[in-house]
Amino acid sequence: MVRNQEPFSSLETFQERIKVGLWFVMACLLLLFFRFFWLQVIKHTKYSTASESNRIAIITTPSQRGLIIDRNGIVIARNFPSYSLEITPAGVNEPIEDLVDSLNSVLKISQKDKTNFFRALQGAKKTESIPIRNFLSDEEVARFFSRKYAYPGVEVQVRYFREYPYQQLGSHLLGYTGRISQKDREKLLAELEESQDDSTSDELKPIKIKGIQQVGKIGLEQSYEKELRGTVGYNQVEITAGGRVVRNLSSTAAVAGSNLSLAVDIKLQYLIEQLYGKRRGAAVVIEVSTGDVLAFVSMPTFNPNSFIDGIDADLWKKLNESLEKPLFNRPLRGTYPPGSTFKPFMALAALEGKFRTADQGIYDPGYFKFGNTVFRDDAENGHGFVSMRQSIAVSCDTYYYILAHDMGINAISSFMKELGFGQQTGIDINGEVKGILPSKKWKKAYYSDPLKQKWGEGDTISIGIGQGYNSYSILQLAQATAILANGGVVMRPHLVKLIEDPITHQKTPTVPSETTRLNFKPENLKVITEGMVGVNTTGTGKVPFAGVKYPVAGKTGTAQVFSLGGKDYKASAISEFKRDHALYIAFAPADKPKYALALVVENAGFGATAAAPIARQALDYLMLNTWPEGVPPWKTVQ
Amino acid sequence: MENRSITQRLNFLWQGLDPTLGVILLFLVVIGNITFMSASSGTVVSWVEQARNILSAAIIMWITSRIPIKWLEKISLWVYLFGVALLIGVAVFGLVKKGARRWLNIGVVIQPSEIMKIAMPMMLAWYFQKKDGLIQLRDFFIAFCLLILPTYLIARQPDLGTAILVLAAGFYVILFAGFPWRFILPFFIIALLGILLVVIFGDSLCAKGVSWPFLKSYQQHRVCTLLDPSSDPLGKGFHTLQSMIAIGSGGIFGKGWMKGTQTHLEFIPEKHTDFIFAVFSEEFGLFGNLILLFLFFLLIQRGLQIAASAPNLYSRLLGGAVTLIFFTYAFVNMAMVSGLLPVVGVPLPFISYGGTALSTLGFGVGILMSINRSRRLVQT
Repeated sequence: MVRNQEPFSSLETFQERIKVGLWFVMACLLLLFFRFFWLQVIKHTKYSTASESNRIAIITTPSQRGLIIDRNGIVIARNFPSYSLEITPAGVNEPIEDLVDSLNSVLKISQKDKTNFFRALQGAKKTESIPIRNFLSDEEVARFFSRKYAYPGVEVQVRYFREYPYQQLGSHLLGYTGRISQKDREKLLAELEESQDDSTSDELKPIKIKGIQQVGKIGLEQSYEKELRGTVGYNQVEITAGGRVVRNLSSTAAVAGSNLSLAVDIKLQYLIEQLYGKRRGAAVVIEVSTGDVLAFVSMPTFNPNSFIDGIDADLWKKLNESLEKPLFNRPLRGTYPPGSTFKPFMALAALEGKFRTADQGIYDPGYFKFGNTVFRDDAENGHGFVSMRQSIAVSCDTYYYILAHDMGINAISSFMKELGFGQQTGIDINGEVKGILPSKKWKKAYYSDPLKQKWGEGDTISIGIGQGYNSYSILQLAQATAILANGGVVMRPHLVKLIEDPITHQKTPTVPSETTRLNFKPENLKVITEGMVGVNTTGTGKVPFAGVKYPVAGKTGTAQVFSLGGKDYKASAISEFKRDHALYIAFAPADKPKYALALVVENAGFGATAAAPIARQALDYLMLNTWPEGVPPWKTVQ
Repeated sequence: MENRSITQRLNFLWQGLDPTLGVILLFLVVIGNITFMSASSGTVVSWVEQARNILSAAIIMWITSRIPIKWLEKISLWVYLFGVALLIGVAVFGLVKKGARRWLNIGVVIQPSEIMKIAMPMMLAWYFQKKDGLIQLRDFFIAFCLLILPTYLIARQPDLGTAILVLAAGFYVILFAGFPWRFILPFFIIALLGILLVVIFGDSLCAKGVSWPFLKSYQQHRVCTLLDPSSDPLGKGFHTLQSMIAIGSGGIFGKGWMKGTQTHLEFIPEKHTDFIFAVFSEEFGLFGNLILLFLFFLLIQRGLQIAASAPNLYSRLLGGAVTLIFFTYAFVNMAMVSGLLPVVGVPLPFISYGGTALSTLGFGVGILMSINRSRRLVQT
């Protein structure tokens, strides 16, 4: 092989190459010039005509949002048609700001309407119709039509709006819809592109998002947004250069969203909300064999209808700044120490872990002394000798101080974890919190100060009576009660039972079967049930449950707000907010449990007097279908 | 010294900046902004944002022009290795979006193939500089190997558009380094023949059920819609067809600024980014196009002139390659918008909206200015 000795890269070669490069560039630019000449001179007439007739626009038609229906077929979220005044920028001959000002002389257009309109205008196509005023009255429509000739590009359209006929009833579980924000749109577009949905071509994807006017912002409306929304329809229309529609070329109909059939019994929800009255709190009722959530109460409520057309700034401020926190979803996001309602679960842990037998008694002198600390019982002189069943019925603190001390934190927290304490239940609504299941590991992670990280044995003792670091949601407490009542079978709690296709009316269940099964011994469960029945016959709940016609197991609880550490309530808050929380858990009928519930009445004092009566009346309604006197009867809105 | 005027004091700011390049760029950017204002009217993309992009690109250009070209030469190898490492990272841990694995999450999400557009010519220029005066045939072979590895990594993401640009960038360096014509011509002829064959037998090649070797089905689809955009007017051919209508209906003098119906009735896709040329062409016609082509020609001519008089092989090769990359961008974009090439995501340099592309361009111009400066330093 001959080795090539000539130097390849002399300055001369380079300069020659530069010249070639320049010629190449010129040739390519010439090619482009010929192409432009071809398109713009020779074929100009053809393309000019094409551009003249090229006036096809795509106009979207929003889809009807699915209905939300309670378990008995009562519609609790629906859509209603309303007139909207809308502007299509392409058809307007004057500056839009001037048009809006002159429209204001015909119809009242508020500052809020203007802000919303100009915000929507920014991202919109010129051929798109943008609402400037919603909810026109018949009189306003007539007034506009009499002067319509003066306003090209302005039309009255029928749009559908979300409506919650029972106003503030069940607002936290329903949530609400609102105008779609730029952020929502970006999220939806990203979702659509991620989904690799080949049925929608790339050009149509942004259009589909554009057609969406309202999205669920919170509650079921948000959690089931995909199912409720449906698919936007669109028409291909021919338009004039000004953007006015000449004729329809093709249309793809919108597909309505699916209806949600709830597990919730809205009448029960209404009853419990009425029973709370002006008091604050949370209540969850579960059908134990299915995991159906029959009621999901958060008090106080708010009116979701205020959010539909964008909430008024003053109202928003009022809702947000209220000390009562009406926007806070308490059963889902509020956590409370369970107080004495924790005791039946402690007792079960003792039996299952063989730390106690049912009949083993202890002597309660009214306190338990650990080192130099004295843990007091509610009953000043103690309950004397108590067995396990009695300890539940009379809510003996000393029994559980000693039990917790004997079991140790590791045994307690691993047992409670199985029951779902400090864990998400997996309910079908977004935003569920975990709460705090105290353990050595938790404490180490929670505190940054090494002195506080170590678990002290004294910490364990107050855990036994549901105080200390314990902090759970009412949903978790209800779920744990339901597991107890259901013999250890865990059903995932759910608010939506069925999703109904609006066209085929085919119904798909959301949660088909049991999630897991905890192997508790039936005889152990029986002891706990007997103890809890005792609560309502001879124990702390006997007054509210006097004369009850079915066997019912329950447990009262009183939780010290103090242990919240003032984190939720500032010291400046009025003293009412420092009173104890009243709690109650129950299931009925005790011999063959169907329903389980847990509830809290905030700052109401004793569980037996404040919380148990609500549970009694709710259970009476479920078991006997009775309606308490003094509560206005249910009226179905047509 | 105390009595220097303000202009003298600020002299250091533009010392070394090439006035010829500067004036050409100024014209291009002004044209870009005028077009952008028309393309973006009625959308959320704000002019302020574009102005900010231009400003940051100008700053990048200024800073780069201050960097002695020697320094760039020294870091070339490392930049290249870094880029290749990132590309391998993409292949292993990359993020998948829309079916392509192009991005890497290192705290922020980056697209490493962008780096290769500049790193590739830097690396090859560095390699030839090392062998300056002793370049043999096998060095070209090595250079091709250095070029093929990242190109392959980018092509399999898949990102054929960027792969072609990186390949072109490296190829320009190899050409400028003196790769013998006798090896190039056969390739050139084969490529030309291939294109001719596809054009002639397009109909049967694009028939249903025919799938081509090496290309993904969507890439095949793009080539097919290029051959006959009307075959799928509302689908994949939509972009090309609409932009051709825009250009064609512009005629000799255009429809006038802000008066393009294709643009303002929303028929042009990506109208402020990749397809902005269609907006320009519709509103300013063949006359406007000629001015734009002339400006690009001046830019290329000046760039090659700077390269030709550069002091060493590294800066000659890099300068030449960077200039031709500008040209490739401009040519590919205008050819794609006017329906000569398939649709690939290549912006029109200095005209299209977009921060990343503008920054890369600013860096490129900065390199040219730095080369120009180093030449003067050698002369004085």
